[in-house]
Amino acid sequence: MKLVWKNVILGILVIGLAFGPLVFAHNAKFAGADDQAGEAISTIDANYQPWFKPLWEPPSGEIESFLFALQAALGSGMVFYYLGYVKGKHTATKTKKG
Amino acid sequence: MKRSTVKPILLSIGYLAMVYLIWPDNAYAMHIMEGFLPFNWAAFWMAVMLPFVIWGMRSIRKTVSDSASLKMLLAMAGAFAFVLSAMKIPSVTGSCSHPTGVGLGAILFGPTPMTVLGMIVLIFQALLLAHGGLTTLGANTFSMAIVGPFVSYGIYKGLQKLRAPRWLSIFLAATLGDLMTYVTTSFQLALAFPDPSGGVWGSALKFMGIFAFTQVPLAISEGLLTVMVFNLLVAYSRNELKVLSVFRADEWQKISPSKTEVKA
Repeated sequence: MKLVWKNVILGILVIGLAFGPLVFAHNAKFAGADDQAGEAISTIDANYQPWFKPLWEPPSGEIESFLFALQAALGSGMVFYYLGYVKGKHTATKTKKG
Repeated sequence: MKRSTVKPILLSIGYLAMVYLIWPDNAYAMHIMEGFLPFNWAAFWMAVMLPFVIWGMRSIRKTVSDSASLKMLLAMAGAFAFVLSAMKIPSVTGSCSHPTGVGLGAILFGPTPMTVLGMIVLIFQALLLAHGGLTTLGANTFSMAIVGPFVSYGIYKGLQKLRAPRWLSIFLAATLGDLMTYVTTSFQLALAFPDPSGGVWGSALKFMGIFAFTQVPLAISEGLLTVMVFNLLVAYSRNELKVLSVFRADEWQKISPSKTEVKA
């Protein structure tokens, strides 16, 4: 099987895993697992108080989602820059040889 | 330190800094939150973390002084971890979590370079995004950037020795490394907060119900994505993989250049 088809199939599986829960558990809240852990701690030890607070927190949800998109773009930018670079290099060497 | 070594390290730190400056406040963060570990435990995990960080920095220095193309590959492995840890993905349990993305780098470069990259990620997240925390940095580094990469690396090398198919070795290495990170987190919380009736084990099961089960489908996704990137690396970055001795010697005969399209 060609490389590209292998990766397309793997990609479809990943998308299925990510969106499946939205369909099958559509009544869930999809909150973060760490908030639940915080609640669990307070049921085990009701007196526990976090003894240190974050020094800074981003101001709003809008800013959060904007920055989130930008961050994902930058990260994947580097990954695909690398993959494009090595693919181009690979093709160039092959052409030279042929 | 040689100049050629300093530059790539500064570049990757600068890159990480830039990415994390603009990283969002992660309300769905999966690491232990700021102030949520008692002081003694926080200090304990910090002490455990330190030798691995030093080991990792020496390992990175050695890797990047070898060749420019390895530097780029290391940067790519780091970027892969950023993207994946930015993906807050819904899970079958009805809550969200994110993959760690450190398995790929661990398979390529060994476990300790990812300790350093993972720790830098966690520091910036703690400082700028109120995600994880400075006081819980040692514990979070231990789970995500020490246990995760060591498990991935160990499983990959072990399965390769047993001559398991390459895709299976990579898939299981990345998936189980991801999963073990959250199992570790559960135990770290359980040690600090033993259940009044069930003790450490009772508490660990409770936290695993929150962290580890949510993580199962995400860990599988991380495994699949790691195999995808690896397929491309086998096709186009073969020399780098050879230098890093990612594959067994006899495997090189199987993947001859003319068969790239078929074998990759």
